[in-house]
Amino acid sequence: MNEADRKRLLREMMFYRRFEDRCFEAYMERKIGGFLHLYSGQEAVATGVLEKARVNRGTDGDYVITGYRDHIHAIKTGAPPREVMAELYGKETGSSRGRGGSMHIFDPTVNFMGGYALVGQPFPLAAGLALACKHKSTDQIAICFLGDGANNQGTFHETMNMASIWDLPVLFVCENNQYAIGTRIDRSTAVTDQYKRMCAYNIEASQHDGMDIDVVMEAAEKAIDYVRGKRRPYFIEFMTYRFRGHSMSDAKGYRTREEEKEWEKRDPIRIFSARLIEEGVITPEDIKAMEKEIDDEIENDIVRFAEESPPPKVEDLTRYVLDDNPDPRWIGPLQK
Amino acid sequence: MAVIAYWEAIRRAHDEELANDPMVIAMGEDIGVAGGTYKATQGLYDKYGPERVIDTPISENSYTGIGIGASMAGMRPIIEIMSINFALLALDTIINAAAKIRYMSGGRVQCPIVIRTPGGTAHQLAAQHSARLARMFMSTAGLRVVTPRGPLDAYGMLKSAVRCNDPVIVIEHEQMYNLKEEVPDEEFFRPLEGAEVVREGEDITLIGYNYSVHLCLEAARRLEADGISAEVIDLRALKPIDRETIRRSVEKTHRVLVAEEDEAPVGVGSEIITGIIEDCFFALDAQPVRIHAADVPVPYAENLEKAAIPDADDVYQGALKVMGRI
Ligand SMILES: Cc1ncc(C[n+]2csc(CCOP(=O)(O)OP(=O)(O)O)c2C)c(N)n1
Ligand SMILES: [Mg+2]
Repeated sequence: MNEADRKRLLREMMFYRRFEDRCFEAYMERKIGGFLHLYSGQEAVATGVLEKARVNRGTDGDYVITGYRDHIHAIKTGAPPREVMAELYGKETGSSRGRGGSMHIFDPTVNFMGGYALVGQPFPLAAGLALACKHKSTDQIAICFLGDGANNQGTFHETMNMASIWDLPVLFVCENNQYAIGTRIDRSTAVTDQYKRMCAYNIEASQHDGMDIDVVMEAAEKAIDYVRGKRRPYFIEFMTYRFRGHSMSDAKGYRTREEEKEWEKRDPIRIFSARLIEEGVITPEDIKAMEKEIDDEIENDIVRFAEESPPPKVEDLTRYVLDDNPDPRWIGPLQK
Repeated sequence: MAVIAYWEAIRRAHDEELANDPMVIAMGEDIGVAGGTYKATQGLYDKYGPERVIDTPISENSYTGIGIGASMAGMRPIIEIMSINFALLALDTIINAAAKIRYMSGGRVQCPIVIRTPGGTAHQLAAQHSARLARMFMSTAGLRVVTPRGPLDAYGMLKSAVRCNDPVIVIEHEQMYNLKEEVPDEEFFRPLEGAEVVREGEDITLIGYNYSVHLCLEAARRLEADGISAEVIDLRALKPIDRETIRRSVEKTHRVLVAEEDEAPVGVGSEIITGIIEDCFFALDAQPVRIHAADVPVPYAENLEKAAIPDADDVYQGALKVMGRI
C-alpha cells in the first residue's frame, strides 16, 4: 500500500472519530433523537476490512450489512457522510429519508443494505445477500459486521449452518468488544473466543487484533480472497473495544477505569498515526492540519447540510409502507 | 378448463413462476427431494434443481431471513413454512425485517418475498399444530396477507404474490389442499386486493375468508331452504381489507355475520365489524354476530375439538340469530 493510501486511511479513521464525536454533541443539543450507538475505538475494524473489500463501486460492489452501530460502516461502504448525518437529524435528505434514524442507515446505491436494531437479525439477511450473489454467479460477496453479543442469538447458529452447507460467499466479521451493553462476554458466553465456535459449522475462522489497522487489513485481505475465490463462508474475529458507552444513556458501571485506560493505550488512531510518523509518511504538523480540515468539513459541509435540510413532509407519512406504484395486474382491483 | 386440487394449483403456480423468472426460487423444509408436505412443489426439485428448489434445515427464522436477504438483492423467493405454528419462530424476521425494510430505508430497499403457510385446524392435531394466527400478520403494516379459498385463487394469487414487490403472506389451510375447482388451462393472475361476492343474496351478508368461506356457503344453502337469501363475501385479503365491498353489501342486506376459525379476541371478526360500524352503522337493522373458535388452546379429543372450532351449523345458527329467528 502506497504512502498516499496510508495517509488517506489515517485521515479516514480520524474523520470517523470526529464524525461520531460530532454526533454525540448534536445528541446533547437534542438535534439527534432516539438511540445513538457510537463506533469510537473500533474504527480499525470497519476501515481495515472494507478497505480490502469491493466497496464504493455502485451496485457491482460487495454487499455490506450490520447492526445498529452502523454510521461508519455505511460511510466506508460509500454512503455520503452528509446523508448519514441528515438521517440522524431526521431529514428528508437523509440516507433513509428520515424514516430510519441512526440504527437504520441504508444506501442501496453502494450496496449498503442496512443497519438493524434486532441483535442477530442481520446474520440471515447477509447469508441471503450472499445467496443472491451465488445465484447470479457474480463474484460479489456479502460482508456482515456484528458484535460478540449477537453470537448468542439463534440466528447465529442457524445461519452459520446454512451458510456452510450451501457454500455461501459471506464474510462474518465479529467485532468482539467483549461487552454486550453491560454484560462482559465471560458472563454470557461459554466459549469466549468466538472464532472457536465455527468448528461446529465447518467454517474457516480466525482471531486477530482489531486495534491495529495493518493487522486488520492483512487478515481481512486473506479472508476476503478466500470467500471470493472459494465461494465459502469465513468467520473473522477482531478483538476490539468501544471507548464510549453502549449508547448515550450508559454510565459504564460494569467496567473499570483501569481497563478502559489499558485499551485507550491501544487506540487504533494513535497506533496508526505513530507508525506513520515513524515511517516518515506524515508529520505531527500534517496531522494537526488534517484535524482542522476534518473539523471544517464536518462543520461547514456535513452538519450544515443536515441542519439546513427540510424534514420529511407529514403528508408523506404513509409513503413507503408498501410499493407506492404497484402494478394493477398483481394488486387489483378485482374484475367483477 | 380442468378440475384440479388446491395443492396442484399451488404447484402449477410455482412451476410457471420458476420457469418465467430465473430470480424465483422456492425454499422450505422437505419441499425438494421429498416433494413438499402438501405436495405443493412435487417434481420441481427434479425439474429445476437443488439451487432453485431448496431443502432447508429446521431453522424457520433464519431460512426465512435468508429469503428476505436474497429478495433485497433482487431475487423472488417463495418460502414454505410447514405450519403457521412454526411461523411463530420466524416472526422476528417477517415482522421486524421484511415488513419494515422498505419503510425504514425510505423506500430505497424492497423485499419481494412470498411466505406460504397453512393455518387452521385439521383432524385432532392438538394445540401446537392447529393455530390460525392470521390476525398476527393482518395487524402488521408493511405486509400483504391473502387467504385463497380455493384452487383458482391459490394459483392466481400465488402468481401475483411472486410478481408483486411487497412481502406477501399466503395463508393456506390444512383441510383445503385436496379441495377441487375448475381452473382455466391458460395462464392468469388473480389480484392480491379485493373482496369477492361469491354468492349474491338480499337478507344477510355472511363474511368469511379462507376455509370459513365454505362454512358460509354451506350455511347459505341451508338458509335458502328457510327462505332466507344470504350473500356471501370472501375477504380474499386480510391486509389490506376491502371495506368498500363489505359496505356495499351491508347497505343492501342490513344484516351481517362474520365467520372466522380463529379465537375471537382481537381477530378478523372484531376488525370487520368495527369497520362496518365506522362505515355504515346506520345501515344495520340488527346486531352483528361473530362466529369464531372458543377461546382455548385447540384440544385433542375429537368431541372437544369439534366443540372448540366453528362449523357450518354454527354459522347457520348465528345467521338465524341475526335474522331474529331464534
Ligand atoms: C433481539 C434483541 N435483544 C436485545 C436487544 C437490546 N440490545 C441492544 S444492543 C445489545 C447488546 C449487543 O451486544 P453486541 O452484539 O456485542 O454488540 P455491541 O453493542 O457490543 O457492538 C442488546 C442486548 C436488541 N436490540 N435486540
Ligand atoms: Mg459487544
